[in-house]
Amino acid sequence: MQVPAPFEYARAATVDEAIGLLERLGPEARLVAGGHSLLPMMKLRLATPEHLIDINPLESELGYIRDEGGEIHIGALTRHREVLDSELLAERFPIIRDAELLIADPPVRNRGTVGGALCQADPSEDLSAVFAALGARAVIRGRDGERDIDMVEFHQGPYETAVGDAEMLVEVRVPVREHHGSAYEKVKRRTGDWATAAAGAALWLDGPNIAAAGIALSAVNPHGVRSTRAEEAVIGGPPSEEAFAEAARLAAEDCDPIGDQRGPADYKRHLARELTQRALRGATERALAT
Amino acid sequence: MQITITLNGEPATAEAEPRTLLVHFLRDNLGLTGTHWGCDTSNCGACVVLVDGEPVKSCTMLAAMAEGHEVRTVEGLERDGKLDPVQQGFVEEHGLQCGFCTPAMLLVARELLDRNPDPTREEIKVAISGQICRCTGYTNIINSIRWAAEHGEEVTA
Repeated sequence: MQVPAPFEYARAATVDEAIGLLERLGPEARLVAGGHSLLPMMKLRLATPEHLIDINPLESELGYIRDEGGEIHIGALTRHREVLDSELLAERFPIIRDAELLIADPPVRNRGTVGGALCQADPSEDLSAVFAALGARAVIRGRDGERDIDMVEFHQGPYETAVGDAEMLVEVRVPVREHHGSAYEKVKRRTGDWATAAAGAALWLDGPNIAAAGIALSAVNPHGVRSTRAEEAVIGGPPSEEAFAEAARLAAEDCDPIGDQRGPADYKRHLARELTQRALRGATERALAT
Repeated sequence: MQITITLNGEPATAEAEPRTLLVHFLRDNLGLTGTHWGCDTSNCGACVVLVDGEPVKSCTMLAAMAEGHEVRTVEGLERDGKLDPVQQGFVEEHGLQCGFCTPAMLLVARELLDRNPDPTREEIKVAISGQICRCTGYTNIINSIRWAAEHGEEVTA
């Protein structure tokens, strides 16, 4: 029977209370939201926090998807299911529904949260790549106020983020720009498994040309999900198979997969290339349809 | 700590350690063993219960997190001595062999039919994709849920 090691349990009813508890209890305290990453790690004793601060009571404060004009704001306690079901997100950023449909399984999506997934920072996690491709920013709150940072800076390594002691991720802000198309392509062995490899692409058109692009991969890098060289290969010109092939080649060259039970490294590198190309095609089709 | 939940419509309270998982709280502290405890790793889905109406893997939720919430288990499906249509469907269409995955399958089916009374076979497959059945090959489970969709009104009438 797998059960977590003993811990002290506390509930936070507001963000300020959660931050206050983190401050008072120190570095051996952890926040828990949906718990679908942290609790399995606690059961395996890979994580043994002395204090667990349950932030599920914050759902009314941090569970939302809001259209703020030039940006869509997603609260950290928004569940995967709400993200998947959001017509607003599906319409503005189709990459998000693509990815959510393939995250875990329906009961897990009912509990798991956006903030929890991002803060777990698993190298095979999908939303980190999605938000990096979209050029989103993460809003982190501490006692002295809020700061917002680029998703690329948010990720500092496997299971490490820019969220400091006594701070918490409260929101993700995704900029809205016109003539956008995006797509996410993922290979996984079965429902519920992590990605063997995945690639997300977001494009913004200006007339016939690609004005901006975001290309980010999952499960093929220990750290850093965005492929800047691949993005540069498609920016400035019209969408074309040649440009996409070159971007895919660069994305595969820049990634650093490890061989494991999901496949050898060269297979994952092959997937990185193929999936990047497919994501770029899908993103273009959608951008042209807007 | 003392934990109080609404269990199948009735308040239920027990003492448990903070680290107690909801599946063990239901089975060991509250004595309702219809919720099955399977893989322990949130993969098999045998432990699914409805929390505030939504399917949740109870091995990956602390009992403390359910404080004040509504939990529905397989024991709460039968009403006034009559099986729920999804239960009747599993009888009619032979939706189980060993029965280990069945309580969770029934609850997921109930939640699906509550929000989508006439699901396609494809929609059913997605809904049960967080559950593993090693006996039936899933076909009879899908048939059972379709049976409940088609005969639900007769059964509840």
